[in-house]
Amino acid sequence: MGLGALYFIFVFAGMGIGLFFGLEKAGFEPLSKINQFLIYFFVGDLVIRYFFQKMPIVNIKPLLLMPFKKSKIVNYALGKTAVSFFNWMYAFFFIPFSIILLVQGYNPLGVITWHLGMLAMIYINNFINVFLNDKTVFVVLLGLVFAVFGGLQYYGYFDLTTFTQPYFQGLYEKPWMLIFPLIVLFGIIKYAFSYFNSRMYLDAGLAKKENIATNENLDWLNRFGKISVFLKNDIKLIKRNKRSKTTVFMSVLFLFYGLLFFGNAIEVYDGPFWRMFAAVFVTGGFLFSFGQFVPSWDSAYYPLMMTQNIKYKEYLQSKWWLVVIATGISTVICLPYLYFGWETYLAILVGAVFNMGVNAHLVLLGGAFIKTPIDLTSGKKAFGDKSSFNIKTLLISLPKMLGPMALYAIGHFTLGPVFGYALVAIAGLIGFAFRDKVFNQIIKIYKSEKYKTIAAYKQNN
Amino acid sequence: MITIDNLSKTYNGVTVLNLEHIEIPKGQSFGLVGNNGAGKTTLFSCLLDLIQPTTGFIQNGEYKVHENESWKSHTASFIDESFLIGYLTPEEYFYFIGDLRGQNKADVDALLASFEDFFNDEIIGKRKYLRDLSKGNQKKVGIVATLIGNPEVIILDEPFANLDPTTQIRLKGIIKKMATDRDVTVLVSSHDLQHVTEVCERIVVLEKGNQIKDIMTSPETLKDLERYFSGAEAQAALEVEE
Repeated sequence: MGLGALYFIFVFAGMGIGLFFGLEKAGFEPLSKINQFLIYFFVGDLVIRYFFQKMPIVNIKPLLLMPFKKSKIVNYALGKTAVSFFNWMYAFFFIPFSIILLVQGYNPLGVITWHLGMLAMIYINNFINVFLNDKTVFVVLLGLVFAVFGGLQYYGYFDLTTFTQPYFQGLYEKPWMLIFPLIVLFGIIKYAFSYFNSRMYLDAGLAKKENIATNENLDWLNRFGKISVFLKNDIKLIKRNKRSKTTVFMSVLFLFYGLLFFGNAIEVYDGPFWRMFAAVFVTGGFLFSFGQFVPSWDSAYYPLMMTQNIKYKEYLQSKWWLVVIATGISTVICLPYLYFGWETYLAILVGAVFNMGVNAHLVLLGGAFIKTPIDLTSGKKAFGDKSSFNIKTLLISLPKMLGPMALYAIGHFTLGPVFGYALVAIAGLIGFAFRDKVFNQIIKIYKSEKYKTIAAYKQNN
Repeated sequence: MITIDNLSKTYNGVTVLNLEHIEIPKGQSFGLVGNNGAGKTTLFSCLLDLIQPTTGFIQNGEYKVHENESWKSHTASFIDESFLIGYLTPEEYFYFIGDLRGQNKADVDALLASFEDFFNDEIIGKRKYLRDLSKGNQKKVGIVATLIGNPEVIILDEPFANLDPTTQIRLKGIIKKMATDRDVTVLVSSHDLQHVTEVCERIVVLEKGNQIKDIMTSPETLKDLERYFSGAEAQAALEVEE
């Protein structure tokens, strides 16, 4: 459980307390408004679970030979998913929200059946997810379909929620309707149980999926000279491992983060320097999520790297190019933000320069202090471990965000926004000049921490 | 070629390795035997500068391994699966190692061609990632990769374990061939006394981190070692110590 989990607990608790009054103030009947959007919430939940929730099904091989009944093992594995963070984190929203409903004089029986209905829906998702192993295409399609529905609704062509809202509303108005989600939940639990019980064999349910491999030469990378050796490897690393693919997926999500800021969707984010904050974020998604774990990406074969005749500098340069190229690509993908005006895109461009010039080095420097081995074959835990978080990395992280915001604010309040952008851009350009200095520093850390790092990476492998 | 001097490693007050002095001349094929926990892998890890010795040093070539990294350019090793990159195919892995050791594709291909027998058609062109290969086949890849780029020192930890009988015999042939080459120093550890006496000209026996025997292999060596490991001599050695 890391920083990510804390963040979500905080956000959900805040929403649980604030949403009722917010909706009321905006002139809505809070419960029915929320019921309207619950369908999107549950679909989104399923997509997120698919990518991030850890399934213990694969870790039960050693239990097979133990003197337990198979049904007990299945119960244990399924039960373990039930106590996952992805289930109880929503309690931070639903419990305060339900309490507020009660206090506000909603029918207590209705609130209780509604609350239990939500609980059942969350667990239905939990058990659907158990079946969704390696069905990425299906899950992505599902997400896209509902994104299209959302768009249709926003522009007033078709409102899906007129069909779904009555169901969720019904859980409150007609308590007997609780029976529907409960029947589905018990059905799916029973089905999950018998499904896995009959497939408890190494070559059936527990089989490891093997991918057909193709050799890739990636010869076009040779133009990068010496570092192409590592660049080729890094690209294969990203393409062929679950964990790194999850990271790429997350950095795509970062691209949309700007909508919250530039679209004026949230009032607190209206301040001028928040725009800078968003610009750094939307272009730096990959930079932050990949860069912070260099060299941990290579933890599984770190001893190999340490016994080969490897120039640290070439190794680092390869990772640096990766994050810089990814930042460049993000900047291009961000072109639609022009919709919010040229100034918004200017902010993004400047943010990208700062990311490439300053943050790319800082993030690699921070990574040098992280000694958490990465399990490449599992996409889970991408929200971070508690061990991947320490004071040193925090201190290095602060200027990544606050730096450009502060620089922009100085410019903004003295000579105006353009000067603010200029200051951030200049800082980025100056940063390029210090690249080799920072690299030397990182190399020093790698060398002095070598034995500790090897030992730490061995822990989980 | 390699000098081990006053080397010891202590974890939380427990000494797991304690060697006074071992000199391994260039071209020697050197075997390390001992039971589990004897310190074989610890010694190899020190030799590769993967762990820091508590006292003493190891010199490989002209420099001490923990002070200068020049040994990396003439030393190749395969200790365990952490020396393999799971998401690469065997071919990609060989080329990657080749790149690091200054060998182009053609050089690597030529080397691989000479190991066609050894691979037994289970490695090349199988469209599998290393992580999906069996333990034995992973080992074959790791061992052959150490031969890329004509290293002067080759270090193999338990190379015979997990291999099928045919491959064990072929591997013995490969190591013997290297042993006749006076430029290559081979260090091998093994639990299998017969294999190690067959391929190594010198055998050092470790017990609980200490050097118990240091013998030049002769026709009697195998019997000698078997007697020792069956316990009689271990008993005697203990009595002498007391």
